[in-house]
Amino acid sequence: MSTPQPPLPQAAPAWQAAPAPGSDLPAYTSPIPIVRTTFLHAVSSEWTKIKSLRSTVWTLGVFVLLVVGIGLATGALVANSSASLHDDSPLPLGFFGLLLGSMCIITLGVLTTASEYGTGMIRTTMTVCPSRGRVLAAKAAVFFLIAFVITLVTTAFVAFVQVAMVKDSGAGDPTGEQWLKATVGVSLYIALLGLLSLAIGSIVRHSAGAIATMIGAVLAPLVIALFMMAESLERVRNALFEYSIPSQLSVFYANSLTDSGPSGWDPLWIILGVTAAAIVGAWLLLEQRDV
Amino acid sequence: MIEAVGLTKRYGAKTAVYNLSFQVRPGAVTGFLGPNGSGKSTTMRMILGLDNPTSGQVTIGGYPYRKLPNASRQVGALLDAKAVHGGRTARNHLLSLAQLSGIPARRVDEVLGVVGLQDVAGKRSKGFSLGMGQRLGIAAALLGDPQVLLFDEPVNGLDPEGILWVRNLMKSLAAEGRTVFVSSHLMSEMALTADHLIVIGRGQLLADMSVTDFISANSADFARVRTPGSEPEQREKLTTALTEAGGQVLPEQDGALRVMGLPLPRISDIAHETDVRLWELSPHQASLEEAYMRMTQGAVDYRSTTDQRAGLQQPLPPGVQPPMPVPGQGQPDWYAPPPPQQGGQPFAMPGQMPGQMPGQPPASPYGAPAAPAAPTGQPNPYAQPAAAPAAQPAPTKSEDAR
Repeated sequence: MSTPQPPLPQAAPAWQAAPAPGSDLPAYTSPIPIVRTTFLHAVSSEWTKIKSLRSTVWTLGVFVLLVVGIGLATGALVANSSASLHDDSPLPLGFFGLLLGSMCIITLGVLTTASEYGTGMIRTTMTVCPSRGRVLAAKAAVFFLIAFVITLVTTAFVAFVQVAMVKDSGAGDPTGEQWLKATVGVSLYIALLGLLSLAIGSIVRHSAGAIATMIGAVLAPLVIALFMMAESLERVRNALFEYSIPSQLSVFYANSLTDSGPSGWDPLWIILGVTAAAIVGAWLLLEQRDV
Repeated sequence: MIEAVGLTKRYGAKTAVYNLSFQVRPGAVTGFLGPNGSGKSTTMRMILGLDNPTSGQVTIGGYPYRKLPNASRQVGALLDAKAVHGGRTARNHLLSLAQLSGIPARRVDEVLGVVGLQDVAGKRSKGFSLGMGQRLGIAAALLGDPQVLLFDEPVNGLDPEGILWVRNLMKSLAAEGRTVFVSSHLMSEMALTADHLIVIGRGQLLADMSVTDFISANSADFARVRTPGSEPEQREKLTTALTEAGGQVLPEQDGALRVMGLPLPRISDIAHETDVRLWELSPHQASLEEAYMRMTQGAVDYRSTTDQRAGLQQPLPPGVQPPMPVPGQGQPDWYAPPPPQQGGQPFAMPGQMPGQMPGQPPASPYGAPAAPAAPTGQPNPYAQPAAAPAAQPAPTKSEDAR
C-alpha cells in the first residue's frame, strides 16, 4: 500500500515495447499527424476518383447529348406537325431520350465499381482502406449524387424547353405533380437504376459482363414478352410488359405502355427495393470474397 | 512486426500456401524469396487482408490487417505496379489514396518528388513504362509514411539508377526502425539489400535465417583447378592425389576441376608434389544465387528446358560435331554438388525434406532426371554425385505443375 511505484515500471516497458515487441530499436513514428479516417474521407477520395476519369466525362456527356438532343428533336417535330396534343401534357415527349440516355448512367454505374477490378486498382484501394463496406458506401453515395443531379438538370431543362416549344400545338399545362414526377421522379429512378448497376458491377467484377447484364435486364423482358404469343402465357407476358424497366419509367410520364400494373410512384419503390437488395448482396460478397 | 502463424491458403484443390509461420522484424530488410508460383504474392495478399486465409492467421503489430486502426498509416504496400487505373493521372491517383487515409494533399507532391515522377505527375499512368509504374507504386506505399512496408518485386523494370535508389531506400527505411518486407527474384540485389531471408517453395517455409547463415548453410566455397588441357593424364593424376588428401573433386564441363574441402595452398602443394602443372587455381565464393538455387531446386514448379527443336533440325553433315551446350541450360543439377559436410542433403527444415512435400504424389515412374543428355552423348557430370536425394524429385514436380 505504501509503494505505488511497482505497477508503473511494469506498465512503462509494456507500453514502450507495444509497437515493436522483441526489438531493441525504437519503432518508427511518422511526423505526419494521424487522422482517424471516416466515411467522409472515403467520399472525398471517390469524388476525386470519379471526376478524374475521362470515362465519366464521356458517359455523362453522351447522356446529356442523348436526352437533350432527342428531347429537342421530338419537341421540334411535334411543334412543326399539324397534329394537336389535345390538351395533353407535353412532358412525355422527354421519355424516349431519357430511355436511351439511361444506358449511359448504367455504364457509368458499372464502371464505378467494375473498372477497379479490371485495372487492379481495387487492391490498392482495399489496402489503403480495409473497411470494404465504407468504400462501397462512398462509391454509392458519390455516384448516386452525380447521377441524380445530372439527370435532374438535364430532364428539367428538356421539359421546360419542350413545354415552351409545343405551347402553340394545343398542349395543356402540366400540373405540379406531373412536373415533379417528370423531373425529380425520373431522376431518382434513373439514379437508382445506376446504383443497381454499380451493385451489379461490384458483384460481377467485370465491366463488360456487368453492362451486358444490366442492358439485358432493361431490354430482355420487353423482347421476351414480344414473342410470347401463346394465350396460356398471357399473364406472364403482361407482367413482363408492365414490370419491364422502360414501362416502369414511362409511368412517371403517365403514359404507361399498359393500363394495369404499377402506377403513380410505384416504380420508384420497386427499384428502391431491388437496388437495396443488390447493394446488400454486393456488400456481403465484398466482405467475404478475396479481392 | 509481421507475424504469420500456420498460414494456409487453398484455391479449390490447389494449395497455394501451406502452414506458413514466420516473423518479420522491424529494423531490418527481410527478403522474401521463392520460385515462380511458390505463394509469395498470395502470402503478401493475405498479410494485407486482401485474401482470407483458409486457416491460420497473419497479424501486423498484433492486429489482423482488416482490424488495424489507421491501416494505411501503419502499412504501405507495393503489390503490383499495374494496380492503378490507367486513365487517372499520377497525381490524382495518389491524391485519391491520400484523401482516403486522411493524409494532407501536399504529401502527394512530396512523394512524387521522392520517386522522381514530378515531371509526369499530370500524365495519365496508362502511358507509363514499367519502371515509371513501379515508381508510382512505391510512391503510393510511401504516402502514409508507414511503420511497415511491403514491396512485391520493387525493382522490376527499374533502370540501374532506380535499382540503386530502391536498394538505398529499403536500407534507410529499415534503419529508421521500420519493418521492410521485400520479395524479389534478383539474387544479387537481395544479397546487397536484405539482412534476413524468408524462403518458401510450393507454399511452404524452406528457410528463415540471416543472409550469411543462408549462404553458408546452402553452398560451399570451392576452388577451381585447371591442368594443361593437352595432357589429360595430368588431370587424372591430380584428381587421385587430391581425393587421397581428403578433398572432393568434381570435373567441370570445360575440363577444369572443382575442388572442395581443401584450402588453396594445400592444393598447390599437392600439385607440386605430384608434379602437375596448374593453369588455373582460383577461389570461388558461393553466392546467394547459388545457395538459393541449391535450396529451391526441388521446389521449382515451372522449370525451363532446352529447346529441342525436334524434327526441325537438319541432320548434321558427317564429321561435324554439334556445338557444346551453354553450361546450365536445361541442366537442373547445375548447382547440385552438395557441400560435403552435409552428406548430400543441402538443407532441410526440421522434419521435412526440401523437395518432398507432404501429400505430394510419389516420384514418377520415369524416375530419371528430365535433363536432356548433352548432344555429345556424355552424361551430365553434375548429376552423378551424391546430389540424388535432393535432385531426384525435381523433374516429377515440373510435370505435376501442368
